[in-house]
Amino acid sequence: MIDFSPQPVQLLSLDGERMPRPDLDPWVDDLDGLALLALYRDMVVVRRIDTEATALQRQGELGLWPPLLGQEAAQVGSARALRDDDFIFPSYRENAVAYCRGVNLTDIVKVWRGNAQSGWDPYTVNMATPAIIIGAQTLHATGWALGVQRDEVDSVAITYFGDGATSEGDVNEAMVFAASFQAPVVFFCQNNHWAISEPVGLQAHRQIADRAPGFGIPSLRIDGNDVLAVMAATRIALDRARTGGGPTFIEAVTYRMGPHTTADDPSRYRDPAELAEWKTRDPLLRLHRLLERLEVITPEVEAETQAIADAVAAELRAGCIGLADPEPLSVFDHVYTTPNATLERQRTDYAGYLTSFGSQPGEGR
Amino acid sequence: MTMTTLMTPATVSTVPGLTVPAYTEPAPTPLRETKTLTLGKAINEGLRQAMLDDPKVVLLGEDIGALGGVFRVTSDLQAQFGVRRVIDTPLAESAIIGTAVGLAYRGYRPVCEIQFDGFIFPGFDQIVSQVAKFHYRTQGAVRMPITIRVPFGGGIGAAEHHSESPEAYFAHTSGLRVIAVSNAQDAYSLIRQAIASDDPVLYFEPKRRYHVKGEVLPELGAPMEQAVIVTPGTDVTLLTYGALVSTAKDAALAAGDEGVSIEVIDLRSLSPVDYAVVEASVRKTGRLVVTHEAAQSGGLGGEIIATVTERCFSYLESAPVRVTGFDVPYPPAKLESHHLPDLDRILDGVDRVMGRR
Repeated sequence: MIDFSPQPVQLLSLDGERMPRPDLDPWVDDLDGLALLALYRDMVVVRRIDTEATALQRQGELGLWPPLLGQEAAQVGSARALRDDDFIFPSYRENAVAYCRGVNLTDIVKVWRGNAQSGWDPYTVNMATPAIIIGAQTLHATGWALGVQRDEVDSVAITYFGDGATSEGDVNEAMVFAASFQAPVVFFCQNNHWAISEPVGLQAHRQIADRAPGFGIPSLRIDGNDVLAVMAATRIALDRARTGGGPTFIEAVTYRMGPHTTADDPSRYRDPAELAEWKTRDPLLRLHRLLERLEVITPEVEAETQAIADAVAAELRAGCIGLADPEPLSVFDHVYTTPNATLERQRTDYAGYLTSFGSQPGEGR
Repeated sequence: MTMTTLMTPATVSTVPGLTVPAYTEPAPTPLRETKTLTLGKAINEGLRQAMLDDPKVVLLGEDIGALGGVFRVTSDLQAQFGVRRVIDTPLAESAIIGTAVGLAYRGYRPVCEIQFDGFIFPGFDQIVSQVAKFHYRTQGAVRMPITIRVPFGGGIGAAEHHSESPEAYFAHTSGLRVIAVSNAQDAYSLIRQAIASDDPVLYFEPKRRYHVKGEVLPELGAPMEQAVIVTPGTDVTLLTYGALVSTAKDAALAAGDEGVSIEVIDLRSLSPVDYAVVEASVRKTGRLVVTHEAAQSGGLGGEIIATVTERCFSYLESAPVRVTGFDVPYPPAKLESHHLPDLDRILDGVDRVMGRR
């Protein structure tokens, strides 16, 4: 099994105590009580989105949902460190990142309802839509960063992937390219300990963060359930990239408290005691305790936060259920940028076939 | 640890891309008049013109810089346009394609060189799962104007993985355009069209014809999706692409001596196929032979014949014929002359479609 010592970097103890770290403190010193509360609200809201989407799947409104339960700090802390002109290349679990990026709630679930292969226009929020082939997006981020170098600007690409992805050739090739060209890209690995049923020890005989230096890429191993450590690490990595320092690898050590997706059953492969242990390291609990220490959170503030989360959940539900099925003939749209004779013939034939039932295309059959 | 957890590599590699001379505006030296060029040089001139036309065109590949590629197709382009636009990459085909996707995302127009046909498969996933699907996936929001150049085909006595014809995999993949050129003029014109296209294009180069010369006009010519009748005829339609176009023309000459008039069509575009030209020819001749180096089963010949049969059944005088490579892995060099369709095998196919044997 993997050796988990030394412990990943923490700025927050499990009791919510702010632990001084002279090397990292300057990167999060600006976060006052209100800023911390904002992060907490993000985390509460994305957990609520997760709960609601899971319920929507159980009710048959979504085909599938990949929960991020337990990874709220890793996603919110990193997403909130980014600039608008940075570009995100996520996997399929970064729904909290999408929320922080301002993606419309309905657009987040569009893919999982089966209405589209892509919920939003990536250019409107500078975030690519979910990449399902494991690790493929790390190369896209690296290529985008090569473009940044050619444009001579200081935007940064950040790519999210999991511990399982680190076994993929694409992730390793991305690190080779990023190091060779010193591309401004941040590799953000959420080690959530499980790739469906496979424990991280199967992917990595040693700590994942140890690999990057072999590629010539400095790495940070942080407590991914500590939103302050996540933000500090991401800011360090972004700063290195912006100032010509090249790529950085962050291993955010976290835990997938839920199933891989709503189709998964962790009881077949996971010891419940492990989940119980990780629940004591819940990212929301820890930040809540810090806010209590700072006397930022009060029962009123807590109630207000829950109300915001419930309103978001209601909006998500309404948007999801309100999504109209796509037009049948739109199955032919956007394969190419220009008309294609073979495809146009198939479209015409199928339109005629639909019409032969006495209805207009789009009315269903 | 200092900075305590930032694990710094012992040495950080130097960056070729950042240590070379700064980019300077290239001297405008495009092809301006008709010249006799080899097919390889014609691609080189087409690439040069495309790079002059659009500063967002960048080339990526292995050994394409100082060496000019193993076939010298990118000769002198790095010297002219600099290392920021002609990028020698580490040896990783998936990354060549995958980083091209990222560059395209950012508005660039990448041209990837895959060194040999048989080396494309490590990049297959990025081509099929990413390049081909992005425009559809994002409902038109993200375009992938990527050109992937691939030297293809056999007949050069090469080692394994250096003589393959993988075009059918890509013609089968929705979202890709697939081109195969046969002569210097098309090589020049179609590489420019491929790069200018907002769709991803697989551009297959007939490697055993790289050194064959032809006249090249500095023109774009007919749209790349158009098939071209290179030899008109009335008895048999002989359809092919790439290196075999030359062999097919020889076959038409030889058959003409025996009183059989062959119409040779250079398909040029393998996806989409220009069925308008193919169907018109078959309706005239009533007979169809398709020849390609790639294996028969699941190949383009079968697809084209099926489509022509569906659409032109009543015009057919006889069953269409395929003359192709066998359904074997590409054989060793000493056996490749048996595997590859040649003049005699094509003429044998013509005899069969004519009912002469």
